[in-house]
Amino acid sequence: MRRVLLTVGVGVLVALGAITACGSDPPSASSPESIVGQTITLVTHDSFRVSPGTLEAFTTETGVAVVVQSAGDTGQMVAMSILTVGNPLGDVMYGVDNTFLQRALDAELFEAYESPALVNVPMSLQLDPGHRVTPIDFGDVCANYWIDRFDDDLPVPATLDDLADPAYRGLLVVENPETSSPGLAFLLATIAEFGDGWEDYWKSLRDNDVVVTAGWEDAYYGEFVSGGGDRPIVISYASSPPAEVIYADPPVDTAPTGVIIDTCFRQVEFAGILAGTIHRAAAEALVDFLLSDTFQEDVPLNMFVFPASTTAGLPPAFVDHVVLPEDPHTLAPADIGANRNAWTERWTEIVLR
Amino acid sequence: MVAVLLPAAFLGVFFLYPVAAIVARGLTGEGLDRLVGLPASASFRSVAWFTLWQAVVSTVLTVLVALPGAHLLARYRFRGRAVLRALTTVPFVLPTVVVGSAFAALFDRFGLDDGAFRLQHTVWAVIAAHVFFNVAVVLRTVGAFWEGLDPAVEEQARVLGAGPWRTFWSVTLPRLWPAVAAAASIVFLFCTTSFGVILILGGPTRATLETEIWRHAVWRGDLASATALAVVQLVAVVAMVVVANRLQLRRAIGGRPSARRPQRPTKRLLGANLALLATVLLLPVAVLVERSLAVGDGYSLRHYGALADRVNLLPVSALVALRNSLLFAVVATALALVVGGLASLVVVHGRGSVSRIFDLGLMLPLGVSAVTLGFGMLIALDDPPLDLRTSRWLVPVAHALVGIPFVMRTLVPTLRSIDDRLREAAAVLGASPTRVFREIDLPIAGRAVAVGAAFAFAISLGEFGATSFLPRQPDRMTAPLALFRLLGTPGDLLQGQAMALAVLMMLLTAACVLVIESRGRFGSGVVRGDL
Repeated sequence: MRRVLLTVGVGVLVALGAITACGSDPPSASSPESIVGQTITLVTHDSFRVSPGTLEAFTTETGVAVVVQSAGDTGQMVAMSILTVGNPLGDVMYGVDNTFLQRALDAELFEAYESPALVNVPMSLQLDPGHRVTPIDFGDVCANYWIDRFDDDLPVPATLDDLADPAYRGLLVVENPETSSPGLAFLLATIAEFGDGWEDYWKSLRDNDVVVTAGWEDAYYGEFVSGGGDRPIVISYASSPPAEVIYADPPVDTAPTGVIIDTCFRQVEFAGILAGTIHRAAAEALVDFLLSDTFQEDVPLNMFVFPASTTAGLPPAFVDHVVLPEDPHTLAPADIGANRNAWTERWTEIVLR
Repeated sequence: MVAVLLPAAFLGVFFLYPVAAIVARGLTGEGLDRLVGLPASASFRSVAWFTLWQAVVSTVLTVLVALPGAHLLARYRFRGRAVLRALTTVPFVLPTVVVGSAFAALFDRFGLDDGAFRLQHTVWAVIAAHVFFNVAVVLRTVGAFWEGLDPAVEEQARVLGAGPWRTFWSVTLPRLWPAVAAAASIVFLFCTTSFGVILILGGPTRATLETEIWRHAVWRGDLASATALAVVQLVAVVAMVVVANRLQLRRAIGGRPSARRPQRPTKRLLGANLALLATVLLLPVAVLVERSLAVGDGYSLRHYGALADRVNLLPVSALVALRNSLLFAVVATALALVVGGLASLVVVHGRGSVSRIFDLGLMLPLGVSAVTLGFGMLIALDDPPLDLRTSRWLVPVAHALVGIPFVMRTLVPTLRSIDDRLREAAAVLGASPTRVFREIDLPIAGRAVAVGAAFAFAISLGEFGATSFLPRQPDRMTAPLALFRLLGTPGDLLQGQAMALAVLMMLLTAACVLVIESRGRFGSGVVRGDL
């Protein structure tokens, strides 16, 4: 018996040794002047997508290879990066948004870098004057409605106040801002709109029989009409109607859903150079590339968000089916960072208790 | 010696060290104050109480639902038995979102989801889902053990005048107890740490320690509170496992494995059992199959055909993700078998304290939250020679940690039940210790090994939580993560593909479990013939 165990055991110990050996990175040998031949790591969230060939274009241009490392959703990615500050998982992070931005800045995750490509990015998106992060894309979280459920007798609600109107009682489903990104964005929209009056607004939403789910999936596929539920208004994205067209089966010409423009909150996603990188020059080149037309024009159909650069063209589906609110709700990242836990706690007391 | 060192090293490096590192980090500063302040917090007390009672109720119901099926599978032979056994494992690979929507559709169809009888977002939906996910654990681990018990003892009881119930209570159940306790303890840990079921089916107001740890660590950026809760979870899990092991220990009754031909079941017994299993397991699955085939107003295989092409929302096609999952599952199962197998031998043959520590230690990964383990690995395994944070081995290692308890819970009761006289007889007849192991322990335990392997495999294939907390390269995306992404964007096409992928995952699991178990049965067949 002992001999059998010994053989098996030694084999596995050898295998474990091999695992350890595979895991470590070879040290970088390149000089600081030349970035050609370097490999850098882009840490990002699970929703990150590029078309095949896009990152390869960057490699052809600069000689720098890119490895993409996913780290869960945005919240997980930020939490994981804060835990590993000083010994980061990669060189550049992409995907931290304005709701998590302050937390990342407070933890000093990033090194400042002012990309020359920022000249093409509207100032309204450049939320960090210190340029520790660079805006790459934006999108809006808005109430979506199922078009067929509304007509002359029951017109589509137009404002946040309408959603609390008894005429629309029992129609709305929202996500919990303590567990869902669109849920948090919608809470922030109401705070931006009503200021201190947001608590009363949510009391009236509760009186109007709002349904709360933990996440977007159970709201959209569980309660909303689209997934077979019975609620015709859901908190989703401004890009959800074009997705309903692009991913329709069988194909359709127009989206079955629409967006209530007055309810939108703008989410901006940023990239930043992770503090402690030993590939600073290559990391700068990658941030510049993320703002290039090559990458920016690839963003909409892969991640269903809008490019930050004004020089990037939009795909037809976005031009035809996406309504871009002119004046979406916003809040300063510092306000969000300082108050979000208190706000969501108070929200829980008002809506769920 | 290696049998002791290897599992100890594996557990130490990949579990104890990471968890200790994250607990140490979290408790520095405010964390300790949070921990001290917890008992006084009303919201903590209600979360802890809910975590406990829903897990107890879920476990008891799971055992009750599963025992008749375990009896059927253990004592009778009928056509389709192997397939039925393999099918019971498929709930393990189904993501909660998918099961949740299948349940919702079912409630809807039978008119159970209206007004006063609304089930969605109630604690009963949570418990029903826990039974659905875990019934296989009891069915299979108890079934495998039951099969090895000699039915002659029951027959003697019947001859002596005991009725069927009396026989079950006084003769069968006491002998079955080690396996029931082992299975129940796994189910209990699973229900204690379940995540998606609580959030999605329980609704926004229900929270367990597991969901609270996640909410504090990820959403509130409050590592101190998350760690305080993680410490409570860890201590509670240790206490529960100690109690469960006490219940299970030393109750094992040795006996000859049964050498007689099993009976065919009566039509009524088979029918009643199949009806129960079908209601619990197959109805939700049937809903998914139906949805995967629905296109517009008709049915087609179109969604399946589309799985080979990459949707632009995914880094790889769904089929590639499925292949990745398969590879991870093979590696994770192998790791779980080797580490769990060696550890089982230590538990059965080792000295008292070493045996107890192993029995306890290797159960713990089941009861620790995915956030704790994932974050722990992130900060602990970040220096050479253990810079494994971005290693491709981390995912199968994490999966194996969850699979090991299954291998051990099926193996230990069976190994304990092997009559020492069998081994002694073999030794007297001149067999070397190696030969005794190969020809006595291995064949008798073969069925249990196969069941443990099947679970380790299915768990790895369906694992979502721990995987999502480990850094990954997108082209190594697993099938559950791909499925979750597909359901993350509106559109019937994506929903259809997600359902088709779920069905393929189930089919693949059932097929692999069939293969794994046919090997295991070969082993036990040999010993039956020899005896």
